[in-house]
Amino acid sequence: MNITKEVIQKHGLTIEEFVKIKDLLQREPNILELGIFSAMWNEHCSYKSSKIHLKKLPTKNKNVIQGPGENAGIIDIGDGDAIVFKIESHNHPSFIEPYQGAATGVGGILRDVFTMGARPIALLNSIHFGSPENTKTRNLLHGVVSGIGGYGNCIGIPTVAGETKFNQTYNENILVNAMAVGLVKKNKIFYSKAKGIGKSVVYVGSKTGRDGIHGASMASAEFDDDSEEKKPTVQVGDPFTEKLLMEACLELMKDKSIISIQDMGAAGLTSSSVEMAFKGDLGMEINLDKVPCREEKMTPYEMMLSESQERMLIILEDGKENEAKKIFDKWDLDFVVIGKTIETKKLKLYYKNDIVADIPIEALSSSAPQYERKWTKTELPKKETNFKNLKKINFKESFLKIISSSNHSNKNWITEQYDQMVMCDTIQKSGSDAAIIRIHKKNKAIAVAVDSSANYCKSHPITGGKQIVCENWRNLISMGAKPIAITNCLNFGNPENQEVMGQFAETIIGIKEACEYLDYPVVSGNVSFYNGTNKKNIFPTPVIGGVGIIQKPEKNINHLFKEVGNSVLLIGKTFGHLYQSAFSNEILSINEGPPPEINLINEKNNGEFVLELIKQNLVLSVHDVSAGGTIVSLAEMSIGSSLGVKIEKPKNLNNIFEYFFGEDQGRYLIEIDKNNLEKVKELLKKNNIFHEIIGITQKDKFELAGEFSIDIKELSKINNKWYYNY
Amino acid sequence: MNSSVIVFPGSNCDRDIAVALEKMQFKNKLVWHKDTNLPKSDLIVIPGGFSYGDYLRSGAIAAKSKIINEVIKAANEGCLVLGVCNGFQILIETGLLKGALLRNKNLKFINKDVSLKVNSINNKFCKKYKLGQIIKLNIAHNEGNYFTNKDHLKELEDNNLIAFKYCDEKGFINQNSNPNGSVNNIAGIFNKNKNILGMMPHPERMIEKSVSGDDGISLFSSLLN
Repeated sequence: MNITKEVIQKHGLTIEEFVKIKDLLQREPNILELGIFSAMWNEHCSYKSSKIHLKKLPTKNKNVIQGPGENAGIIDIGDGDAIVFKIESHNHPSFIEPYQGAATGVGGILRDVFTMGARPIALLNSIHFGSPENTKTRNLLHGVVSGIGGYGNCIGIPTVAGETKFNQTYNENILVNAMAVGLVKKNKIFYSKAKGIGKSVVYVGSKTGRDGIHGASMASAEFDDDSEEKKPTVQVGDPFTEKLLMEACLELMKDKSIISIQDMGAAGLTSSSVEMAFKGDLGMEINLDKVPCREEKMTPYEMMLSESQERMLIILEDGKENEAKKIFDKWDLDFVVIGKTIETKKLKLYYKNDIVADIPIEALSSSAPQYERKWTKTELPKKETNFKNLKKINFKESFLKIISSSNHSNKNWITEQYDQMVMCDTIQKSGSDAAIIRIHKKNKAIAVAVDSSANYCKSHPITGGKQIVCENWRNLISMGAKPIAITNCLNFGNPENQEVMGQFAETIIGIKEACEYLDYPVVSGNVSFYNGTNKKNIFPTPVIGGVGIIQKPEKNINHLFKEVGNSVLLIGKTFGHLYQSAFSNEILSINEGPPPEINLINEKNNGEFVLELIKQNLVLSVHDVSAGGTIVSLAEMSIGSSLGVKIEKPKNLNNIFEYFFGEDQGRYLIEIDKNNLEKVKELLKKNNIFHEIIGITQKDKFELAGEFSIDIKELSKINNKWYYNY
Repeated sequence: MNSSVIVFPGSNCDRDIAVALEKMQFKNKLVWHKDTNLPKSDLIVIPGGFSYGDYLRSGAIAAKSKIINEVIKAANEGCLVLGVCNGFQILIETGLLKGALLRNKNLKFINKDVSLKVNSINNKFCKKYKLGQIIKLNIAHNEGNYFTNKDHLKELEDNNLIAFKYCDEKGFINQNSNPNGSVNNIAGIFNKNKNILGMMPHPERMIEKSVSGDDGISLFSSLLN
């Protein structure tokens, strides 16, 4: 096959990049080699536009065992245990084929976690759809939710937390981010770095088919009108096989046969073999005749670029082949030695006794292009709307409209489709600020949560980046957990667009500042560019997944009111910031202005104070104040607990809308037992924490004094109906 | 008490139920589906999950596995057999229990805590419960919509062969408290001799108050003596 300009373009490479390939090889590549370069050099695998920015993120603290660069990040949680976690996007495939796209997103991230020797213990997700009025949205929502459930339920890992949002910006490019969390013994962690010459390279798992060929390249280009034609590039998942693969791998990991192990994710056999060899500073030789194929007459090109799921590459210690094979036979999985490690730092592929590709490993990895793309700053938007004159707006109606809207209504319809209880360690299911998972057979737990705020990030990426880290931190604090580290999934538009690149660069600055101040480093993550269709880019949507430790889980703090007659305190100062708020968006249809400011000092002080109150057993329930403001957060504390609250307006109230719908940051609502109130007040004063007593819990009624009162059952109905009616 | 939990490829509640049994002082063994010998057991448990990936039909392939012949033999000799969720589906496919488990009425996977009314206590599985007691267990399934013909339904009702019925928190049994469309709100049934119980709700998920609740404990403690 002649390599024409067209062929190069079809592989997502530029002419300059092709020239670079020729330089590196000192010759023209053949079509297989070109395919391999395209798989390794695309944005998805090479991080060529993002790398220089990502380097700025803090990646260490005293708990971090493994930061970015491996299959997943790892933190130490004490007692010889460690938590492995990562989030990853599967946006493009999910838009084309929602069920399979979402399912394989879950499958892929699970492999990243059990590859490291960890048994997965929780799944989370962040899914963003277009406007509910968009004709595609309903089908995409149904498909994605059943895909996520279908995979997690079958493999038997609980799906415990997540977020679902709707915004027209995702009409033609939805986001499906999946996060997996696993538990491993600190001294039993496995890495992908190859070691030793002449070691067997083993292929295990499913057979290779023609699905997902060039999937990673697809994820590295924006959609156009013909995106539907890309269906064949979507992988097909089989959670049953993954379950077998997981059990077989974990069984093999019990002894010392494995030198290194890597899952075949994006760019399949190509990226797994190159990464293992590159990290080990050696080469790899593969005999493609040995690769187990699902279909007849598959070409080397197809084998190397297939993204068939549920496959792993393992480098074994000498003489361990038979024992290892027995385990995979037991689980009815393929186990084939397909090659060996070699001293020459090259990827050498053989097929029918011919050498069909011969590429220096470095050319595919460290020599891959890196771009410092041009980017522009986003100025802080001016405050143009005047929110002082809202007399015509009815407060109660606005409140009910927000809590019955697609973005703020109860998500039981979704979460009931996920098995949240399997493994029997789920202490707190989804619906609270974070989920709590007990460490199996131990009196210790972790809290996990995912968050995003695309509106804030669109308006001002630096503030948005900071906010999202803080909100995630706050969510873990609210469950009584000490936040340890995060994983991030950075969903952005086309990086070749300077404005988008600017959003990316500045979001990273924001994330970095917050992470550094809160000692909340990034240990793993994923960048997804080219989210857009026909030159229309999505809002910048970084998603943060956080993990925190709970030392005494039996207390089980959550957001639900516990008793009648207790005081409810609002921690943190309310300024009444309505720009970019749910109220402004949903009620006034105004989406201009800056996001709420982040004050990292207050954020940290307030958070640490709340955590201390929880530790001292002085609070009964905690909820952070986020989208929708104080009134929506209070409603969430009522609904589900079936306890009401009588909310008092502050004495010097200027504007009821600003006060109750404002989205000022760093705030928490806490319920205090009447017997502890004086003690808590004293502590607040001593620590100089701004607070207000905002209400008292009561039976049955959700009430704002002087404004309205509504029965909890009625409120709950209103909050619960959106999904069932959609 | 010796118990055996059968593990099929795709079983995923095997660990959970083993933990519950061990907590209740059963001497438990996990038995691999390719084994041909069943250890001497007073209780055989077929756990939940997606045996063989639910391919063909939930439980259908497991019902033809090597070990299942031993289970059938033991069951016919009077050994206690408990099938939970996918285990119930497998017991139906083997013919040890009659009826069918169809797709949930809403055609979606359902995971939630449900209230159940204990409908029969005159048996080895439920004797520690009170008759009519309302308990909370967790369901997690795609195909839990129990169906059977009129004659068999009458037989189940008349002979006290229905272990649990879905109800609401106050104990009312009606369509509003029926999560999956099961006929007569049936959540679990016995065979004629009451040595086999198949149920969709997961008792092993409710053995610790501080985690999720403990209404499942009485089922295991009933079996102990």
